[in-house]
Amino acid sequence: MPELLDIADHVLGWVDDGEQVEVCAVHERETEVRAYERQVEALTVAESQGVGIRVVRDGRQGFAHAGTLDLDVLAETLAEARDNVAFATPDQWCAVAEPDGVAPVELDLHRASLADHPTGAKVAAALELERLVGDADPRIVGVESAEYVDSITESAVVTTTGIRSTSRETGCYLSAYVLAGEDGETQTGFGFSIGREPGDLDPERAAADAVERATRMLGAVKPDSARLTVVLDPWVSAQFLGIVGSTLNGESVLKGRSLFADRLGEEVGASSLTLVDDPTDVAAFTATASDGEGLATRRNVLVEDGRLLRFVHNSYTGRRSGGASTGSAVRGYASTPGVGIQALALTPGTRTQAELVADVADGLLVQGVSGLHSGVNPVSGDFSTGAEGLRIRGGALAEPVREFTIASTLQKMLQDVLEVGGDLEWLPMRTAGVSLVIGDVTVSGA
Amino acid sequence: MMSVDDRPERLLDPSLLHDTIHTALRTGGDFAEVFVEDRRSMSALFDDGRVEELTGGRSRGAGIRVVFGETTGFAHTADLSPEGLRSAAEAASAAARDGRGGDRSVVLDDGQAPRPGAVAMMPADVPKARKVALLEEADRVARGEDDAIRQVTVRYADSRRRIQVANSDGLLTGDDQVRTLFSVSCVAAGDGGMQTGRESVGHTVGFELFDRVDVADLARRAARRAVTKLDAVPAPSGEMPVVVGPGGGGVLFHEACGHGLEADLVAKSASVFAGRRGEVVAAPFVTLVDDGTMAGEWGCYAIDDEGRPARRNVLIEDGVLTDYMWDHLRARKEGRDSSGNGRRQSYQHLPMVRMTNTFLAGGDADPDEILADTERGVYVAQLGGGQVNTATGDFVFGMTEAYLIENGRITAPIREGNLIGNGPDVLRDIDVIAGDFAMGSPGTCGKDGQGVPVGDGTPTLRVTRLTVGGTAA
Repeated sequence: MPELLDIADHVLGWVDDGEQVEVCAVHERETEVRAYERQVEALTVAESQGVGIRVVRDGRQGFAHAGTLDLDVLAETLAEARDNVAFATPDQWCAVAEPDGVAPVELDLHRASLADHPTGAKVAAALELERLVGDADPRIVGVESAEYVDSITESAVVTTTGIRSTSRETGCYLSAYVLAGEDGETQTGFGFSIGREPGDLDPERAAADAVERATRMLGAVKPDSARLTVVLDPWVSAQFLGIVGSTLNGESVLKGRSLFADRLGEEVGASSLTLVDDPTDVAAFTATASDGEGLATRRNVLVEDGRLLRFVHNSYTGRRSGGASTGSAVRGYASTPGVGIQALALTPGTRTQAELVADVADGLLVQGVSGLHSGVNPVSGDFSTGAEGLRIRGGALAEPVREFTIASTLQKMLQDVLEVGGDLEWLPMRTAGVSLVIGDVTVSGA
Repeated sequence: MMSVDDRPERLLDPSLLHDTIHTALRTGGDFAEVFVEDRRSMSALFDDGRVEELTGGRSRGAGIRVVFGETTGFAHTADLSPEGLRSAAEAASAAARDGRGGDRSVVLDDGQAPRPGAVAMMPADVPKARKVALLEEADRVARGEDDAIRQVTVRYADSRRRIQVANSDGLLTGDDQVRTLFSVSCVAAGDGGMQTGRESVGHTVGFELFDRVDVADLARRAARRAVTKLDAVPAPSGEMPVVVGPGGGGVLFHEACGHGLEADLVAKSASVFAGRRGEVVAAPFVTLVDDGTMAGEWGCYAIDDEGRPARRNVLIEDGVLTDYMWDHLRARKEGRDSSGNGRRQSYQHLPMVRMTNTFLAGGDADPDEILADTERGVYVAQLGGGQVNTATGDFVFGMTEAYLIENGRITAPIREGNLIGNGPDVLRDIDVIAGDFAMGSPGTCGKDGQGVPVGDGTPTLRVTRLTVGGTAA
């Protein structure tokens, strides 16, 4: 394994007087096994790496990146970043981050057991998942994919301003995407299990979730258009939270692209809503001790009891808005540090999804959404997405429904939250899911 | 000025490719392939009233695939030295190993390589200052278009992707793909909140793109779109006729049936169009084509990422499903030719069946008459992205500029949202197609986590029944 710090330090050795330089180096090893019809369909073993170099001089920044750790190429990459500086407009707040005295929390995100896990066992895990799914129910007619995926990621951020941060983490997951069929009709469902090492994975659960989601949709009809109370499944609410998170981003606020820009201190949601971005929570799949600028991550309470308390910032947006970074710089090596939530979760309530459903007289459980990228505009707040799920009648799950949309606005949905469930679950994204009850949502169907 | 493309560089020597394939097949296998890629990119971002940053990027590496029976082994490396390639070839081989051992002789033949698209002005040779000047012009024009414009983001991006493909069938070929993209996004603010408008243009050409594209015009259209939407009323909710304007409707077909005609999904019965070749799936005036040879279009290339020449493939002809799209692996199993649709995001990815430029051929109706003949419904002038579940056929697509149709006339603009339909139903429910064909905006199609550039196009068309996902009764 290459020493990323050594490489980054080497690049800093080439720095000229009067310029600030930030080097972000990443190295990743991945294994992916896909099973199909009781055989290995594809096995990928991959190693990838890259370095991004940002140069700031006189309030202008230039950037370049390369998918290699080769020093000759990195010398050219630095020269390219330097050349790019001249074209930027000077900006008094533009600078590489400075150490801010916040000590990183010690997080144990790396498991040696994953690195030592033999390929044969990974293959067996994918095959086992496919078998479990296929054997679970006679209505399972196919498995589009059954996968085992793992990665070992190392990264380093080093700057001329004195930041030296490194991180090392492992992660793995099992996922199944299955087809259920009956009477010429096909429905789909997926399930997964995530962990830091193979021992964390629960193939039975991944299989059972995929099978349940697919089979319970058999016989689905298009619902009539109506205004209903919806219960968002954790998988759906996590995606919803991702969009909400993008509106609480300091860059969107500064650039006039956030619908909450002027709302600090105000009520923006129901009093049951407390929204915390905490990358130091090791339970989060995206937990990390340092952010994309190498500053320590920290727990940021964004919304408390429905009141908007703060936005997330990187060093640039923090400085420009008169404050400081909240340790929320996000990036890959191929981009400059942006701003974003890293591990966002609603503070959970106490009741199970079944208990929440039991209180809904006439509603809808949404188990999946599609087209979030095309039907939701985080600037205007318009929200419209394709959906599938189960009708709720008299407090009980009723017929499956599909080919409809749910629509509202982000502003209104936050106000219309009726209850947050107790079933918080970290998912393979930057947010956690929890069952979420939202009133007065427009369902467009037949 | 230093440019990353100043240094002449060649991809790999045929003898090294030959040796790598040999290593990959040393312990057996039915097929081996080396895909080499060298990508250079440059982008410039103007945001919030200033040039925020210029970015240069490069990546270079090889992906090696070994197929034995039903199993594909894949490994990739950024190390293109003989040692690096040997190590990746051994890893790919181990992943697909059958243990039989073998010593296949492979003769590489590079006599067949098609010519890459002509590029009049290589973007890397154009001074950065000229690119930046385009950004400044677009920002100035967009802000000047209306006082309601509060924010403007302009992006310029170019890329040069050189690839080389060699395989154990003796194929040795390559391509040089140059793409140039320009986009303008505006935010307008009014009493009812904020709205956005976006326009983009992208082609598989060099900087000569700007000989035919006026960035000021693009900026004006993006600004006007945002401003128009300030008066938008809530979108209706429920089933109604939908008229899609010229250019925009390609996304509809991309989602409604394009993905469902990809042979990898068909083979797994994960498509509602599986087993339906030869059947009538749409009205007799519907002809759908996927064409990787459309010169200059965003999704075109000389060869796909498995080395097969791009082709014009008719998927639906006069309403009849004629063929699916194929990559090498799927085609080999069926004993037929690839249709030139095997694509991958980069050397770090396995190829799979992907669309190129997907379009609906023009009809003969008059677009004005289509509108006049629509009592009540929605007119979609610009579509956003979309998504489909190929197994059920249910798909959505976004409307980023749309209007109510009342009494045969376009009236109020409506707020953004998704429309939802079912692919096979929608194909049957297209009742009229106009003759005003146009290509749409450049898109990035995502599948299994891989993004590739695609184009699409349609004339004006009407679907008698689609569900509009708004909030108004």
